[in-house]
Amino acid sequence: MSTFDKIPETKEEAFLEVLLRLADDRLIHGHRLSEWCGHGPELEEDLALANVALDMIGHAASLYSYAAQLEGKPDEDYYAYFRDDIDFKNIALVELPKGDFAFTILRQFLFSAFSFFNYRELIKTVKDEQFNGMLQKHFKEIKYHLRHSREWVLRLGDGTEESHRRIQEAIDEIWMYTGEFFHLDDIDKAAISFNLYTDTSAFKKEWESLVFGTFEEATLQKPDNDQYMFEGARSGRHTEYLGPLLAQMQFLRRSHPEAEWK
Amino acid sequence: MNQNTEWPLWEVFYQPGNGKPFEHAGSVHAPDAEMALQNGRDTYARRNEGISMWVVPTDQITASAPEDAGPFFDPANDKAYRHPQFYSVPRAVKKRN
Amino acid sequence: MDTKEKLDAFQDRIDRGEKIEPKDWMPERYRQQLIRMISQHAHSEIVGMLPEGNWIPRAPSLKRKMVLLAKVQDEAGHGLYLYSATETLGARRQDVVEDYIYGNAKYSSIFNYPTLTYADICVIGWLVDGAAIVNQTMLAKSSYGPYARANLRICREESFHKKQGYEMLAKMASGTDEQKKMAQDAVNRWWWPTLMMFGPPDSDSPNSAELIKWGVKTKTNDELRQSYVDRMVMEAEVIDIKLPDPDLKYNKKTGHWEFGEIPWDEFWAVVKGNGPMNRERIKARKNAYEDGEWVREAAIAYARKQKLKEGKAS
Repeated sequence: MSTFDKIPETKEEAFLEVLLRLADDRLIHGHRLSEWCGHGPELEEDLALANVALDMIGHAASLYSYAAQLEGKPDEDYYAYFRDDIDFKNIALVELPKGDFAFTILRQFLFSAFSFFNYRELIKTVKDEQFNGMLQKHFKEIKYHLRHSREWVLRLGDGTEESHRRIQEAIDEIWMYTGEFFHLDDIDKAAISFNLYTDTSAFKKEWESLVFGTFEEATLQKPDNDQYMFEGARSGRHTEYLGPLLAQMQFLRRSHPEAEWK
Repeated sequence: MNQNTEWPLWEVFYQPGNGKPFEHAGSVHAPDAEMALQNGRDTYARRNEGISMWVVPTDQITASAPEDAGPFFDPANDKAYRHPQFYSVPRAVKKRN
Repeated sequence: MDTKEKLDAFQDRIDRGEKIEPKDWMPERYRQQLIRMISQHAHSEIVGMLPEGNWIPRAPSLKRKMVLLAKVQDEAGHGLYLYSATETLGARRQDVVEDYIYGNAKYSSIFNYPTLTYADICVIGWLVDGAAIVNQTMLAKSSYGPYARANLRICREESFHKKQGYEMLAKMASGTDEQKKMAQDAVNRWWWPTLMMFGPPDSDSPNSAELIKWGVKTKTNDELRQSYVDRMVMEAEVIDIKLPDPDLKYNKKTGHWEFGEIPWDEFWAVVKGNGPMNRERIKARKNAYEDGEWVREAAIAYARKQKLKEGKAS
């Protein structure tokens, strides 16, 4: 837990945490994906990656805007542009640099697979109509992201020697950041008690069977599951990669906070 | 020149709405049918243009030749009896429609 | 063989306003001119993604970030439609792409200028896309069917590109002092290069007459440039932006705005490769192309393996 984290005592407080955690994951992930725009391996894939990035940033914007409404902040931009590194609640996986195409696709696949199960459960759990409506809309898009990235994992894994080597390296590099999908801290637990979040460990087996099944089909080796797992980004303990990302993302808005930018 | 890494070309057709006939949208490059569908979706359905899609390898399409235009299509020109306007219907029936 | 009868019959079709389709007979020179022109247009869309993409990570609001990303993504789509049009003429995408990455095929010089502030993004939307729309509206009537259809689709999508730029520039031009300064500075830098987007003056444009004769274009460079200036003078005034040309004046007789001497030396220097960002643009595209090679290869290898498996199974 970070020094500033407060265990939510009310449902409203817990709700805000849930919205921001979901939104921060999506914003940072979308930002990383958008870095591919103009640099994709083929034109068609440039378009595809930009579509996923747009979905991600769109999801974040709608979640932030609901949070702003609940908390009485001016708008969605407040959360994206006026918070510092230690206030961001995204998992570390999404802030890692974009790497090569194998790394980007693998991260997309792992995150989309997690989001798929997480949203599926959230839609069953969440009673709030507006929130549930958002989840259902995002869920459709997540299914496509999962399909797209899974198909690519198969092609890279069972493609050429080089593509196989690259995506295998990506698996080994990224694996320690997948622990945060299933680690529940006190904030998550409070949110679960208010029926606002789901016990992600409940679908860990399903996630693993989808992920490992895909690896097997792609002739890829399963990673070492007993290795050190990174933890803490949800409560502000990030990697060094988030700072420069935010510096770039926020600089113009923060340099001229009084100006109109919408 | 680099080695040939160009993916095959596919023609994309989408159905603009329920019950509507498919239309040609354009083409995409893709390594196989699944990716052709996805690329077709990401390229030609970004603005909600379709609800359903076909993809066909471009080299599988057989087109009529320009010089066929006459023999193929002109003969249909003078067959007015194929069109409903060719026939007259009593006035009273017309009014009721 | 391009016999005289065939050429005359072809010219008759053009003069009657008929569209030429891929399998129709066409003079070899018509085909070559189209491939050259359409692929240049396609390269411009793709290289054009870079100066704008430069501001996606720094866009000042989530709304503007999504607008910009969607717009730059559209440019990729436009490049794709246009490459498809060259493919109907028998060109291969990989060959035409390599022509500008490794060879000296051209793209629009406008994209060799840097985007220094966010106002540049607004000005690219307003002026650069404004100029592109003037051009593409004409090209949507081009005599070559696939090129005309590609431009029609591009125009439909492009209409939001100009609007979003103009809207945001208007906000900046009436915003804080810093925003006003950025807005005016961007216009000062981009105005003259956008006038050059229509190509050299008619007196110095070797391909124009032929392209017009064949109905690929229907207006000359100077005619298009004039209609662009007339429109932009009006739009600049409405949002309180000054165009950096002391010689701009309205000619009541012709109904057109007259403008000062375009710095053509600069134009030719940039065309020849000596613009502020020429080398970086080509380098970025070359990197993307070469870094993508193993990805394209992997997908081909996978497809081949799958085919083999299917063959064995059946």
